[in-house]
Amino acid sequence: MPPVTYLEAISSGLREEMERDESVFCLGEDIGVYGGAFKITKGFLDDFGEDRVIDAPVAESVIIGAAMGAALMGMRPVAEMQFADFITCGFNQLVNNVAKTHYRWGAAVPLVVRCPSGAIGNAGPFHSQNPEAWFCKVPGLKVVAPATTYDAKGLLKSSIRDNNPVLYFEHKGLYRFPRIREEIPEEDYTVPIGEAAVRREGGDATIVTYGKMVFHSLDAAETLAGEGVETEVLDLRSLLPYDKQAILESVRKTNRLLVVHEDTLTGGFGGEIAAVVAEEAFEHLDAPVRRLAAIDTPVPFSPPLEQYFLPNTEKVTTALRELLAY
Amino acid sequence: MNVETAPALSDPDLAASDLDDLGLGREDYRTLYHTMRLQREFEERVYRLFRQGRLVGAAYAGAGHEAIAAGSAYALGDADILVPMHRVIGAHFLRGHTARDMMCQYLGRANGPTAGKDGNMHCGDWDHHIVGMISHLGANIPVAAGVALASKIRGGGAVSLTYIGEGGSSIGDFHEGLNFAAVHSLPMVLIVENNKFAYSTPTRFEYACEHIVDRARGYGVEGALVDGTDVRAVYKATRDAVDLAREGGGPTLIEARCTRLLGHAQHDDAFYVPKDIMEDGWNNDPVTKAESLLLERKYFTREEIDGIQEEVKGIVDDAVDYAEQSPLPEPEEALQGVYAD
Repeated sequence: MPPVTYLEAISSGLREEMERDESVFCLGEDIGVYGGAFKITKGFLDDFGEDRVIDAPVAESVIIGAAMGAALMGMRPVAEMQFADFITCGFNQLVNNVAKTHYRWGAAVPLVVRCPSGAIGNAGPFHSQNPEAWFCKVPGLKVVAPATTYDAKGLLKSSIRDNNPVLYFEHKGLYRFPRIREEIPEEDYTVPIGEAAVRREGGDATIVTYGKMVFHSLDAAETLAGEGVETEVLDLRSLLPYDKQAILESVRKTNRLLVVHEDTLTGGFGGEIAAVVAEEAFEHLDAPVRRLAAIDTPVPFSPPLEQYFLPNTEKVTTALRELLAY
Repeated sequence: MNVETAPALSDPDLAASDLDDLGLGREDYRTLYHTMRLQREFEERVYRLFRQGRLVGAAYAGAGHEAIAAGSAYALGDADILVPMHRVIGAHFLRGHTARDMMCQYLGRANGPTAGKDGNMHCGDWDHHIVGMISHLGANIPVAAGVALASKIRGGGAVSLTYIGEGGSSIGDFHEGLNFAAVHSLPMVLIVENNKFAYSTPTRFEYACEHIVDRARGYGVEGALVDGTDVRAVYKATRDAVDLAREGGGPTLIEARCTRLLGHAQHDDAFYVPKDIMEDGWNNDPVTKAESLLLERKYFTREEIDGIQEEVKGIVDDAVDYAEQSPLPEPEEALQGVYAD
């Protein structure tokens, strides 16, 4: 099998699940004849028909609410938010209806909401956000954010097969990222929800990150490796539940922690990681936990503003140096 | 019934013509009346328990809505899905929740439908094909549309029946859910229980069209305006809508008009409701109206009606005893059930 992109991995994962299980269907805006704004479902309408590839009105609350109703009936809907930013229009359905149903009256709601997220260059405040943290404090939801092509497919399959609602954040900047084109197995495989992956081993500092920031972190680690510093890069892959043990093990080994995410700083998921390390590994720390994230503003449009807003390799490298210098 | 031909509620021919020919027998009327009576008795008891400090949490009642609850849910088949609201406990009873179940639910007991995880009318039960409501009114209209979507995709003819107050009809989910159901011609029936007040807000501050059912034409769906205090009218409108949905004719919007005979909840004495509206409401009490009908038509004797009332009282007495003797959940049960296995 030739190397595939992250986008192709998502598309083939979705296709294979629809072929494997008749209860899986797709619902979203422009996913039919257009194949989705990012072409994840290109060709699906012809192959699976209108009953399983459903073009929805521009109405995220009913996309998610209807997915819940279908899930109660034993279907496994995969709803697409055209951009993750628009998930706010379905916020109530997700946090009050979908998330609380099993707890309240025991009915499983197996659905996936695919959320193309992240900044990819001058798309402005409403097509660039990383809204994952809003949902990581909602018991009943699961949240995943794959960084690699292999994980994109494996985590999507796990999400679809999970008996709970899963928010699947796919970073738009990874869709066609040449560096992560890879050969993936032809046979069926999954990646378990809730397990982090060590992307680079090291003993001097730990970076905990996820999504596109994995690659900025790896590049920063590579730069510092040239200076004799070995940084461990832990890709969370899942945020809810997240792999607390993997974080603690790494921090107990390296004694220094930098948390990196593209979402804004205050109230971002990095705060949770910093808190759990402070609670459970404080005595192992040789320096205060450091967080690097987007600045606390809306995502600005114009290139210099957006570049100022976003974390990047240079900023990660600087933060890492400061952490090591403490 | 098309919107354009929807009769005025005062149309005396409505009762005289269509409704005599519903195909309902004595047992059907017994079930309908029993359900309405049980709702009234159950909720009066819930209010009393509240005043006595024996209830857990808040008390809501559907006094004035009993004909809507019973008449609509009675039109469903076993495979259909009920997506109820807080004033139709009678619909829960018809789908299989017992008075014991619902009293355990109200009292937060471990053996209630939500095992104490949620209270009062907030209970679903897939064994009975009931989806649990949430407080965010209107949120379950999209869910009912999704239930109907699954039914359409898979076949089998199941219809979803859901409700909203005229108050909740202002929220965006009303539009999104009904429009989606209309676009995909889904087997869904949406009943607007128009009881004239959204908590304290009168209809003139809720919507500007003459009738909420006027919106049906805008969505391209069938519409029906019915007297929500007449159990036969509600039954007929719902049955017609369910039949149409089952045949692939898409959703129907039914506006069932009634009067909320109590406040929004137990704490609210409804001082803001003009006296004439409340008096008119009690003069059209759906439970009394059903009773009069059964007596006038000689379906039942006075003794039989009294017998049903005694039976219902016994059921509620038993439910209270049972629930109060039932265990509360263990505290650490709070940890259980966040996720499905």
